[in-house]
Amino acid sequence: MKADISVALVGNPNTGKSTLFNSLTGLNQKIGNFPGVTVDKKTGFCTLPDGRNAQIIDLPGTYSLYPKSQDESIVFSVLADKSNAHTPDLVVVILDATNLKRNLLLYSQVADLKIPVVIALNMMDLAKKSGIKIDVDLFAKKLGVPVVPISARKTEGIDKLKTAISFANKVALQEGSIDVETIAPELIGQISKEFKLDNPYYALQLAHQHENIKFISPAESERIEELEKEFSFHSQKAQATETIARYNFINDLLYDTVKVPETAQDETISNKIDKILTHKVFGFIIFFAVLLFMFQSIFSWSAYPMELIADFFVWAQSNLHQVLPAGPLTGLVVDGVLGGLSGVMVFIPQIAILFAFISILEDTGYMSRVTFMMDKLMRKVGLNGKSVVPLIGGFACAVPSIMSTRTIENWKDRMITIMVTPLVTCSARLPIYTLLIALVVPNRNVWWLFNLQGLALTGMYVFSLVSAIVCAFVFKLVLKGRERGYFIMELPVYRMPRWNNVAYSMYERAKAFVFQAGKVIIAISVILWVLASYGPGDRFKQIETKYQQAEYTQRLKPDEVTKAINSEKLENSYAGVLGHVIEPVIRPLGFDWKIGIALITSFAAREVFVGTMATIYSVEGSAEKMESVQQKMKTAKNPQTGQPRIFISSGLFAHDVLRLCHAMRQYRCCGLP
Amino acid sequence: MGQVFNIMTLSELVPGEIGIVKSFTDLEMSVKLMEMGCLPGEEVTVSRVAPLGDPIAINVSGYQLSLRKFEASTIILQ
Repeated sequence: MKADISVALVGNPNTGKSTLFNSLTGLNQKIGNFPGVTVDKKTGFCTLPDGRNAQIIDLPGTYSLYPKSQDESIVFSVLADKSNAHTPDLVVVILDATNLKRNLLLYSQVADLKIPVVIALNMMDLAKKSGIKIDVDLFAKKLGVPVVPISARKTEGIDKLKTAISFANKVALQEGSIDVETIAPELIGQISKEFKLDNPYYALQLAHQHENIKFISPAESERIEELEKEFSFHSQKAQATETIARYNFINDLLYDTVKVPETAQDETISNKIDKILTHKVFGFIIFFAVLLFMFQSIFSWSAYPMELIADFFVWAQSNLHQVLPAGPLTGLVVDGVLGGLSGVMVFIPQIAILFAFISILEDTGYMSRVTFMMDKLMRKVGLNGKSVVPLIGGFACAVPSIMSTRTIENWKDRMITIMVTPLVTCSARLPIYTLLIALVVPNRNVWWLFNLQGLALTGMYVFSLVSAIVCAFVFKLVLKGRERGYFIMELPVYRMPRWNNVAYSMYERAKAFVFQAGKVIIAISVILWVLASYGPGDRFKQIETKYQQAEYTQRLKPDEVTKAINSEKLENSYAGVLGHVIEPVIRPLGFDWKIGIALITSFAAREVFVGTMATIYSVEGSAEKMESVQQKMKTAKNPQTGQPRIFISSGLFAHDVLRLCHAMRQYRCCGLP
Repeated sequence: MGQVFNIMTLSELVPGEIGIVKSFTDLEMSVKLMEMGCLPGEEVTVSRVAPLGDPIAINVSGYQLSLRKFEASTIILQ
């Protein structure tokens, strides 16, 4: 779709920005990446009353144009980069009417960049309820911009906002807020002169942010640095001066236009809820109950749709094999591409459910209370209260969880969280655990009550958490922090979740997962398929001729011959050769080349491990026939030592090696670090 | 002048107590705090302490803000 006008949505966190974005664009939106960074770029289209098409860009929520996190650093870049295709013609600043004072800081900064602005005054219904009286007309007149009162939750005022967008001026007409030039007169003057800028605030922002923005060249950045030294410019002092000046301006403005009663009503209700939810004892009990419910749901609710998806692909693959002529192209499409696709699609239910929960927990304001409660505990191991969310998500799937670490401001905390999240046992590892545990742990009860295999599975989960914590602690000592960590965070008022947003979040995340991580997983699947289906030289031909000899065809049934051929082909394929190559390395762990191949193929997806083992030990089917895989693996003796191939310790090691492989894979999937 | 020896910081308040921000001891932290509406002259109320004793939650400029005890100790009260 072609856009006639480009509109950026800017505002504080928790102001209903994404709700507004959803009601403006509907399902007509997509999540991409801002170039060079792993920050979600949400864009969508909206038809204006005059028939024009507006492209809406949802920028990350921020309290000021001076970024504190990776997410926030995007905001200034998008607004200020004049060469960028996405440079907005108009900025819609969304303000929370119940907390205008803090919200207006960001507005006054954006307004001073002299981009045309429209204000969407959100949560007017809540403001009215708590007795806040806003003289909207006077407010608009004093600022010199159109102000549209809306209630994004109730979709009130959205049409008026669309009209305001369509009538917006091409040039910025808003009143200035503070006298920017007094902050650093010489420096602003010199930068404006050398870079031919007509906006003093833009020049000042360049002085503050030149190291982090990509649209100025290194030489230009260095020149600004020189000028800063020349005029002894101190970035933080200047920011402090600016913020104080802006709040003075805001206080004057609000004094004339807004009447706030002594205590807000909502606050007291929130306080009552907080007394229970962050209680010394109940707080933790409730938190663990919520977690338990979440995991139970992720596993049980997704079981049926996952089975359905898996069955569908099995059905499609077997049918396509019958319809299409046998050959390398069919093999590539059906086994390589479709196989990879099914490995991706099967996770959609879990990801959708996980994100539904996360979205509800965030929307209601409970997530920030969890961070508040857990911060001290997490800090002890080098993490941050905000690491709780990705770690919890890691139990379901590490890929989206790693994506959610972007809200952690501190680089070191974020890195450690990214490093340890894949160590937490995710749901896809369950089949592997089941296979390995059934293999090495006898199925009997101890102390009458506990099943030994069940205990082992619980042990694996505990072990995964412990290893994550230990690794976090090690990383804490090893990694050098470049910036200081802090935990200055808003605790938003409790609100009912917006089911619309929950649905959008499920849809968007599943879509983003399929298109972002899915690309990589399918590509690896195809490569692995090729590696496993072709061998060097004419080895494959030799195998086929070998089994055509009467000695085999008479002694074995036809399907047994096929199995034997497949198994021997795999051993002689490129993947098999690779397995043999890495065998010396993994032999001390008690593995042979067969497990080596499975390790390599499980780079694509952990579940592939079971499937590969099944193929290698030449058993039909995969997971269903686990019993027989187990039997074969058990009886396979190490030819040199005569010992069984698998030991308990090597089972554990296998899982750790797997884990490392997957950790690496996931970093790549997310484009991180 | 006797006041000099009597510096009170936000971290010393117990839940329910009210203070007025006077100044900050840490420039970097103060920039972030001021952006969040925690400015000199502003009234702050400690509303609760996290179950493990840290961080704390305060009410400032009409909303609730959480910050660690150490961060609160950089805020000097009148």
